[in-house]
Parts: sequence; C-alpha cells; structure tokens
Amino acid sequence: MYVYDEFDRTFLQERVDEFRDQVRRRLSGELNEEEFKPLRLMNGVYLQLHAYMLRIAIPYGTLSADQMRALAHVARRYDRNYGHFTTRQNIQFNWIKLEELPDAMADLARAGLHGLQTSGNCIRNTTTDPWAAATPEEIEDPRLYAEIIRQWSTLHPEFTYLPRKFKIAITAAKHDRAAIRVHDIGLRLHQRDGETGFEVIVGGGLGRTPFVGKTIREFLPRHHLLSYLEAVLRTYNAGGRRDNIYKARIKIQVHEIGTEEFTRRVEEEWAQIKDGALTLDDAAIDAIRAHFKEPDFEALTDEPEVLVAAKADSAFARWFGNSVAPHKVPGHAIVTISLKPVGGPPGDATAEQMDAIADLADRFAYGEIRVAHEQNLTLPHVRQKDLPELWRALDKLGLATPNVGLISDIIACPGLDYCSLANARSIPLAQDLTKRFADHERAADIGRVHLNISGCINACGHHHVGHIGILGVEKKDEEFYQITLGGKANHKARLGELIGPAVPESEVVDVVERILDAYVELRQSPSETFIAAVQRLGIEPFKERAYAAR
Amino acid sequence: MPLVKHGKLVTDAFVTVADDETLPDAPALVSAERLLKEADALFARNQPVGVIWPNSKDVLDLAPFVDRLAVVALVFPKFRDGRAYTQARLLRERLGYKGELRAIGNVLRDQFLLMVRCGFDALDVAKEADAQAVEKELKTYSVFYQPTGDGRPTPLRARLAAARSV
Ligand code: HEM
Ligand code: SF4
Repeated sequence: MYVYDEFDRTFLQERVDEFRDQVRRRLSGELNEEEFKPLRLMNGVYLQLHAYMLRIAIPYGTLSADQMRALAHVARRYDRNYGHFTTRQNIQFNWIKLEELPDAMADLARAGLHGLQTSGNCIRNTTTDPWAAATPEEIEDPRLYAEIIRQWSTLHPEFTYLPRKFKIAITAAKHDRAAIRVHDIGLRLHQRDGETGFEVIVGGGLGRTPFVGKTIREFLPRHHLLSYLEAVLRTYNAGGRRDNIYKARIKIQVHEIGTEEFTRRVEEEWAQIKDGALTLDDAAIDAIRAHFKEPDFEALTDEPEVLVAAKADSAFARWFGNSVAPHKVPGHAIVTISLKPVGGPPGDATAEQMDAIADLADRFAYGEIRVAHEQNLTLPHVRQKDLPELWRALDKLGLATPNVGLISDIIACPGLDYCSLANARSIPLAQDLTKRFADHERAADIGRVHLNISGCINACGHHHVGHIGILGVEKKDEEFYQITLGGKANHKARLGELIGPAVPESEVVDVVERILDAYVELRQSPSETFIAAVQRLGIEPFKERAYAAR
Repeated sequence: MPLVKHGKLVTDAFVTVADDETLPDAPALVSAERLLKEADALFARNQPVGVIWPNSKDVLDLAPFVDRLAVVALVFPKFRDGRAYTQARLLRERLGYKGELRAIGNVLRDQFLLMVRCGFDALDVAKEADAQAVEKELKTYSVFYQPTGDGRPTPLRARLAAARSV
C-alpha cells in the first residue's frame, strides 16, 4: 500500500481547511449556488435529486482496512448507514448535509481520504487493475505509475479547468481489467528490449458518443510518462472544443482532427518538454516504489489441506470457483467480494459490512482492500488456508453471493433513484434481474456474462461495453430501455450493437431471459461463452428471439 | 476592477485602447490584431505597450514581441474556460517572457493560486472582496505536487533531495 507522508498529510489538511472556508462562505450567503458549484464539485460534492452527494476518491481503488473503517464511520455518522461503490473505483454517499460536509471531510482526511479529482473538469482519479500487485500476469505494479500520475495531476494548476472531465486508466497485465480503451487516456505497461514503457491510447470513452481509444504511441519509455501526459493534456486544453459540452471530450477532438494530426501535435509539444522537469529518473520511480509497502507474505504452499477439504462442500466450491483467482505468491489467492446480492442494489455496502470487511482484511488479507470497476470489492492477498473461514464469515455478512462474473453480477449506475440526469431507473431493474437469475445452477450454466445498465446516455453504468447493455431512454409515464449486445471493455474492447426498438420496463427481464435462452440453444458447446457466441453468430438470431413473443 | 500585482493592490497605469481609437500618451493595452498590424509604430512610441491576447489564439505567435511587451493580458471569459493557463505557461516557460502577465476576465479568488502557479503575476480581480483575500488565497497551500515554471519543489523532488543530503 502507498503510505502517505508529511507532504501528503499537510496537503490534505490544507484542502479540508480550504473547503471548510468555502462551505462557510456558501452558508453565509457570500457565495451563491452558482459560484459555489465549481468549488464543491472540485471536492466531489454534487447536488443530486434529493440531497448533496459526496464522492470520495479511492486512488487506483486501493484501500487500507483503516480507510475502509473511515468510510464506514462516514456512512454511519453522516449518511444513512450505507455507501455506494462505483464504476470509477470510488465510493459515493447520497445523503450528507452541507453543514456537516467539512467535518466528514476532516474525518476522512485523517485516514488519508478526500473527494479531490472525483468531479469537475480536471484530471480525475486514475484507475487501474484491482488485481494489481497480486496477479501473476503483470510485469510490474501499475499502481506505482498511477500514484505518480496522482501526484502530478492533483490540483494541477494548468489542467484544473479543462474543457471536460478527464479520465486516465492504466494496466500492467495482458488481461485488461481497467477498461483502458474506453478512457480519455489508457496506458498499458509493457516491455520492449528489456525496457519498461507504455502503450498510449487516447480518445476512448462512452457517453453520448462512444469511442474505442486509438493508440497514438506504441511504446513510451517510462521515464517520459509525465511529460508525455502533459503534452497530451496541453494539446487538449488548448485545442479541445468548449462551445458544446457534448463535444468537449478529447475523443471528439481526436475524431475531428484525426488521430494522425492529433498525434503530430502531441509529439511536437512533447519534443519541447520531454527532457524537462517532468522527467522521471530511476531515483524518482524508486522513491515512489518505496512508499508502496508490499505485504510481508508468509511462506506457504498452494492447495493446503484445509482448502482441499473445504472444496468437498459444494457451496464453498461454487464460491471458490468464481470468486477466487490465482496469486503471484504461492499459498495465496485473490478474492472478489460480490456486492451484488440477489435483490440488492449493485455496489452498496452498509457500515456494518464495511467494518466487517476491514476486520476480515486485517485477519486474512494483510489489511488491504480494492474496489473494482465492476462495483465489487477485492481482497488482493488472502492466504489460501484461510479461504474456508473467510468464506464462512463473508456468507454470514451476506457477502458471499457466488455470482462474480455471472449474469447477476450487474453493473448499474444510480439512475432515477438518485441521479438528476436520469431518464429511467437502473437499480430496480438490476434487482429484478438478479431475482430472475437467482438460481446459481442456472447462472453457472449460462456462464460468464457482463450485463451493464445505465439510466441515461451518459453511460455511467458502461452499458456500451456490456456483453448485454441496457440503456434507459425515455421519461414518459413508462420507462423504456434499449438493449445492445456484444460490447466488451477488456483488451479487445468494442461497443455493443443495438438489437432493435426500446422495450418498456415491464418486459426487459423477459427479453434478457430470451436472449440468454437463445444463447444456451445456439452455443457450440458449454465452453463457448455468451460473448463468443454473439461474435460468431452476430446479433440477428438474438434479435429474433428477443422480440419473438411481442 | 482592482488590480493585484505580486499580491498587492496597485493602480493600473495602462489604458485599454480600442482598435479605432488613437493612442494616448500613456501606457497602452491594445488588441492582438492591432499589435500584429501596427507593431513597429506601437513600439516606436516612448510608452510601454501591452496586449490583450485572446485565449483562442496561439500564444507562440507572440514570440517576436516578448522582449518588448510590458504587459500580456490573457483572458478568462468564464472562470471555467482554462485555456489561458496553458497560454501562460507557454509564454513564461517556452518563450521566456519576463514582463507583466495579467489575468483578466472572470478572475475569482479560488483560481488565484493556480494562476500564479502558471506564471501570472498580476490579477485583474472581478470582485472587490476577492481582491482583499489575495494574500490569504495564495497561502492556501504550502505543498505542490507537480513542477511548473514557478520553480516550487514537489514532494517527490523534496524527498529525493532530503534523501541525498543525509
Ligand atoms: C450521480 C450523479 C452522476 C452524474 C450527475 C453523472 C454525470 C455524468 C455525465 C454527464 C457523464 C457523461 C460524460 C461524457 O460526456 O462522456 C457521465 C459518465 C460517466 N460517469 Fe457519471 N454521473 C453520475 C454518477 C456516476 C456514477 C454513480 C458512476 C459510477 C457508477 C459514474 C461514473 C461515470 C462513468 C464511468 C462514465 C462513463 C463515461 C465516460 O467517462 O467515458 N458516474 N457521468
Ligand atoms: S448514466 Fe445517467 S442516470 Fe446513470 S448515473 Fe450517469 S448520468 Fe445518472
């Protein structure tokens, strides 16, 4: 884990003081709502349908057990006892009073947490692989570079008033769990001739105009990471559109001037600054590395007896099969905690659950927790011998639903229940779907499916890149939903294809079921996944079945 | 509007001159078009010359004039339009401009520090009350994460320097 030092703590305290003063000025009427808005947004404070919402940054999705306890405290003390983990690897609280916000911020700051970079037209919190530093697949811990980016981008004086928000994601594994191709900048760590560097991908994004990002540089030596990012941001800040907020993202700039011209401008700018103050030498990178304390891994062996014995229990075996992944250190494992109970809102956790997870992390997982963009939590370093006990404890907490990666592991934005921009509800739909597919046997037979729901075209629920994507489109008396098939957010990212006219809320669950039934019939074998079948067959056969009963 | 320079309230000696107005016998702020069209005549006068440079224009076009200009005023039409931050850094760090760099337009207190970090030394503040708060605002932060032309050390570099000196 990255350990904050005096600099970071001073900065956070100064940030809290600044915000306290801004809230004071708002409450005294010195600032009106319009003037206050950009200031609160810079601290992650939104005005939502019912109340102020506080979005807290979890840099690269990494939390310590104590930080999780601080989140539980905020849920309990200032909110309605729960929080919502989001696709941005952040957490949101929906019911905080303005007057209490500075105190909540101060409590968070004591644990090294804050709302910076979760909102506003700045460089947002950089996201990464929730399995970072645990998976055997990666060449280096990507959080190191995410932290370097965090420091560079935090209150960057030049890039705090960009045309629009700006999101960077980074991965160091071949298997992309950070959705780098649908971010403003995606970075993929790889090696060439023994040197470590980055593939730089620019202009991906979802929302109204979805794009898969374009590679503008195959290999950027790691020492130049920041100067290159600065060149990209500068090209965007100076040349990005500001006349229309729907066209203000970098993806539109890249699209309008062309990848080639965009790349030329970046390279030209970069040539001017590449050997300047932003150059990262090995000493600088090592200094950051030194702040990441690796757990003191126990010397253990794989497949300990208790684990082998526990697998005789089919309930444990089922959970193990979809929640546990291989770890780089023998005798250890990566565990995903499903925040998708049958009938529950995806991504929500209560204060009690957060506290309990913190305790479990301390007991079994070297005190470290991750937030995944699928709105689940991960314990990245669990001793295999502790898995059966961890499972029993999670099960008691309602956190052992064996559905990770399956149809009921749904990503959903807050939708009409909380969000002022929504056209339709997302959460009740997700709840209905989890109920329809509550039978784990059946879900396991259907296999790996990502179903993503957004309440409007802004795509917070990443519907474009769901294997099945559901988008709320109208706000009449009845809510309607469009359905797309074939989207993917991984290293082979692509956008889903619309299968036809929108369907009313009452029919969505049936339509999804018919699509999945069609898959089960049409697949070549149970090992052909849903997404593979969609790619092989195209959307036609699914489309026919989806609307067949209407 | 109150002009704050190097953190202190000052009186503005410059007169903003419209394109069709004759130049007064005083320090004058002219438009970008006028500067580009009448540069020789402007600099031949015995008075300081400043320019108001819009944020949509390439600031590198000022290269031929940086040694002679007394003021460059960069524009924040809305505080949310941050193009002038990039212009300011390019002007200072790329072109080596040493004269007064003034922020004009919707210049509000919560942006002061960012502006100064990008190289502005004069702020044409939109609200009287904000002008009173400049000194305080500039002290909001004592640590800065990223290097800019203002030369303040970042935690990363400070840590490294500290490590080297032991
Ligand atoms: C609750 C109030 C929210 C508001 C007002 C809001 C606003 C927006 C808007 C306007 C966009 C479109 C941006 C674009 O032009 O691409 C967007 C996209 C997005 N938001 Fe939200 N959002 C909210 C909640 C969330 C939540 C809960 C999440 C995570 C679960 C989230 C994460 C994202 C992501 C990942 C995108 C995807 C599009 C992209 O950036 O490429 N937002 N949001
Ligand atoms: S997708 Fe739309 S409805 Fe859902 S959270 Fe985002 S803005 Fe709100």
